[in-house]
Amino acid sequence: MKTLLSALALTTALTAPALALAKPVTLTANLNQYGGDGAYLALYVTDAEGTYVGSLWLAGGKAKYYEHLSDWYRATAGSTAEINGITGASVGPGRQLKVTLDLADALFDAGYQLHIDAAVEDMRDSPSEVVVPLTSAGAGQPVQGRRYIRDCTYDM
Amino acid sequence: MLRALHKFPGLIAALLIVLMTLSGAILSLLPALEVAQTPFQSEADLTVATLATRVASAYPGVEEIRRAPSGRITAFYFDNGRPGSVVIDPATGAGVADFELSSFQRWMTNLHRSLFLGDAGRLTAAATAAALLVLSLSGLMLTARRMGGWRHIFARPRGPLVGRLHVEVARLTVIGLLLSSITALFMTASTFDLIPQASAPAFPAGVSGQTGAGPDTMALLGATRVRQLRELTFPYPGDATDVFTLKTNSGAGYLDQGTGATLVWSDAGPWQRLTETIYMLHTGQGAAWLGVILGLMALGAPIMAGTGVILWVQARRARPRIKRNVAAGQADTILLVGSEGGSTWGFSATLHDALTQAGDKVHTGAMARFAPERYKSAKRVIVLAATYGDGIAPASAKGFLERLERLPEAPHIPLMVLGFGDRQFPAFCGYAADVARMAQNRGWSQLLPMGTIDRQSPQEFARWGKALGEAVGTPLELSHSPAIPRSHDLTLISRRDYGADMQAPAAILRFALPRSGVLARLTGRGFGRFAAGDLLGIVPDGSPVPRFYSLASGKRDGFAEICVSRLPGGLCSGQLLGLAPGDTVQGIIRHNPEFRPASNRKPVILVGAGTGIGPLAGFARANRPGRPMHLYFGARHPGSDLYYEQELQDWTADSRLTSVTTAFSRTPSRVWVQDALRADAPRIAQLIEDGAQVLVCGGRGMAAGVAEALTEILAPTGLTTALLKAEARYVEDTY
Repeated sequence: MKTLLSALALTTALTAPALALAKPVTLTANLNQYGGDGAYLALYVTDAEGTYVGSLWLAGGKAKYYEHLSDWYRATAGSTAEINGITGASVGPGRQLKVTLDLADALFDAGYQLHIDAAVEDMRDSPSEVVVPLTSAGAGQPVQGRRYIRDCTYDM
Repeated sequence: MLRALHKFPGLIAALLIVLMTLSGAILSLLPALEVAQTPFQSEADLTVATLATRVASAYPGVEEIRRAPSGRITAFYFDNGRPGSVVIDPATGAGVADFELSSFQRWMTNLHRSLFLGDAGRLTAAATAAALLVLSLSGLMLTARRMGGWRHIFARPRGPLVGRLHVEVARLTVIGLLLSSITALFMTASTFDLIPQASAPAFPAGVSGQTGAGPDTMALLGATRVRQLRELTFPYPGDATDVFTLKTNSGAGYLDQGTGATLVWSDAGPWQRLTETIYMLHTGQGAAWLGVILGLMALGAPIMAGTGVILWVQARRARPRIKRNVAAGQADTILLVGSEGGSTWGFSATLHDALTQAGDKVHTGAMARFAPERYKSAKRVIVLAATYGDGIAPASAKGFLERLERLPEAPHIPLMVLGFGDRQFPAFCGYAADVARMAQNRGWSQLLPMGTIDRQSPQEFARWGKALGEAVGTPLELSHSPAIPRSHDLTLISRRDYGADMQAPAAILRFALPRSGVLARLTGRGFGRFAAGDLLGIVPDGSPVPRFYSLASGKRDGFAEICVSRLPGGLCSGQLLGLAPGDTVQGIIRHNPEFRPASNRKPVILVGAGTGIGPLAGFARANRPGRPMHLYFGARHPGSDLYYEQELQDWTADSRLTSVTTAFSRTPSRVWVQDALRADAPRIAQLIEDGAQVLVCGGRGMAAGVAEALTEILAPTGLTTALLKAEARYVEDTY
């Protein structure tokens, strides 16, 4: 969270006062029975042009595998400073990832997009498995992933 | 120290090692299976450009092409929004089968690397690998020590079967176990980021922004052979900023999807190459044959775990528990024990107790672990040494004399030596005498002249204890009752008598095998297995010390048979020859694995006289027709002591014996068995040159005569009995 706020502070410096306005958002991702080991997932935000803004969560403990989250890795060069304090365990097939974060109001309805990169050992990397615009109207609407994620929702 | 280093990690890790090596052995087969199932790539010089073009035309939605080290090529694609993956035939680019990860392989891999326990399991697996490494190294050093140095490490191991099996399997498989355990530790270090990681090259700063270049137009793909390929990732459809990503065995880079130009390329660094090589060595992926070999070698570990635990239990049982054993550095008195069968440990425990009660701090240990530099507060060293065979060091004293000889100077604290032995043997307390002599030569002062104990006599031990007490100024009362070995009831089935007319009564006695329950057998308390040539100890009434006789039968024969002649004044032989069928005696088995025909098909020459025929008859009984076996048998008179006369005829008839030559010393011809050998000199020399093994059983005088005769017979061939002995091709069992 801290990382994202500071990242936003850089990119949206002019709207600094608005940053104080934040609300808890719950991100839920349900995984398919894809028949492999636990999936690594990177949850991050880009602007409308696809430029990286900040990371929300990284599921998966071993930094050596982060390069397989290839879009996230390309944007961050795998810097663990981007995900300090916002990592967790990888998510097994058929399991659910649920994280609750305080997200700045300024992120919603402003063209920002939520991305999820996914990777599984010995299986196909799936960068930008999910790409969904962050809008108030889109909250609570499940979105399908391409390969590993059955559906993904953000609730405010 | 070395032994402890081998023992404790071994026992703790034994179960884990069994689990890891078994799962590893199963996994080792998978790369070979994968290679066997992979479509064959007939065009050796096929380029990635051609392959990618073929695949892209078969699967227009292709996203990625991968090549496994087995050569298997997989394509991942999207078709109407649904992801798919297929194994590709490189000749056509078409799929031959849907690609799916084997859930069995995944399950087995996770068991093998993490026991399904995540990082805790990975660390446990790594600890297991470390234990295996320590065991392999300490085991190698122990083997070298046991075989008498690194040059002899591949010599024939001796001793009981379990110990031999442990060493034989170890020598065959230790290379594989070392390789697998070292690579496993490296891979764990890599997983936990302790090894520098290779990372993908930085994404190119700018791209042409154009699209449409096919793989066939890209120079780098045209120059890259398929066998170098790891992965080729296609750009996202419709994203002009994306690129082709290529990974090969030499590096990774990006190609422009509009111009086909190579935008970025970075060669694999040395760490990455090392990591990949180690991965290949551990998994066999990319070296399937090596995987299978390593897998087979991994199977040695469960065998060694089993035999190792059995050896440990046996050693533990053989040695009494020493109560209040003080560390060597703090002890006043150091008790060093040289024991073969374990009875000397019993005496040392009694002495340890008595000294401790007198207020001494006592350390008891094996003579093999003699380390005078550690005896910092010791006031005296007491050596209790048995003798093995003809004055050889007993098992727990191996290396003591050599270490004493190498000491820069003798210890300043005084020494006392007590020998244990049997006056019936010429080298009575021979090893203890060697120790005392060496100590004297090195100038190590001895507080008492060397004491001796004949046949575990408690009286002699108490007497020596009194002398020791006077010497150290503390009265000592040593009352030792030798542990009576756990013997079994043996019932005489039949006896065949010989020698009555020569006033030398003798008999072949056949006993029924005692029945023992499953539990007794599993815990090693049963009568045990035995083969001809092993020893049957009979515990006579009136003495706790068993007398040993060579067995003329194996367990498979269903009875225990010995050949006994009456010794003048012999307690045990008198009792045995007085037995009637149905009577019982107390018996125990002692293994004698040195004395039996080698397990090969080379000829065997058996030489025996008198009751020494016993084990030789047993070897003949167990011989398979087809293996040449020649018997030379010396007796007094055909009418008196030609033991096994009928059987020798039968065994010759069914080819279990190739020839039987008898020599009679009390007939007018007056021939001894060594004379019979000399008469057959050319044949014997030829047999020995062809690799024959000679087994001699009988009295010492006869054995010396046979050795002399053989030396003469072998003189023209350049072979010597000493040489044959070293190769275990000349083995004696004398009494």
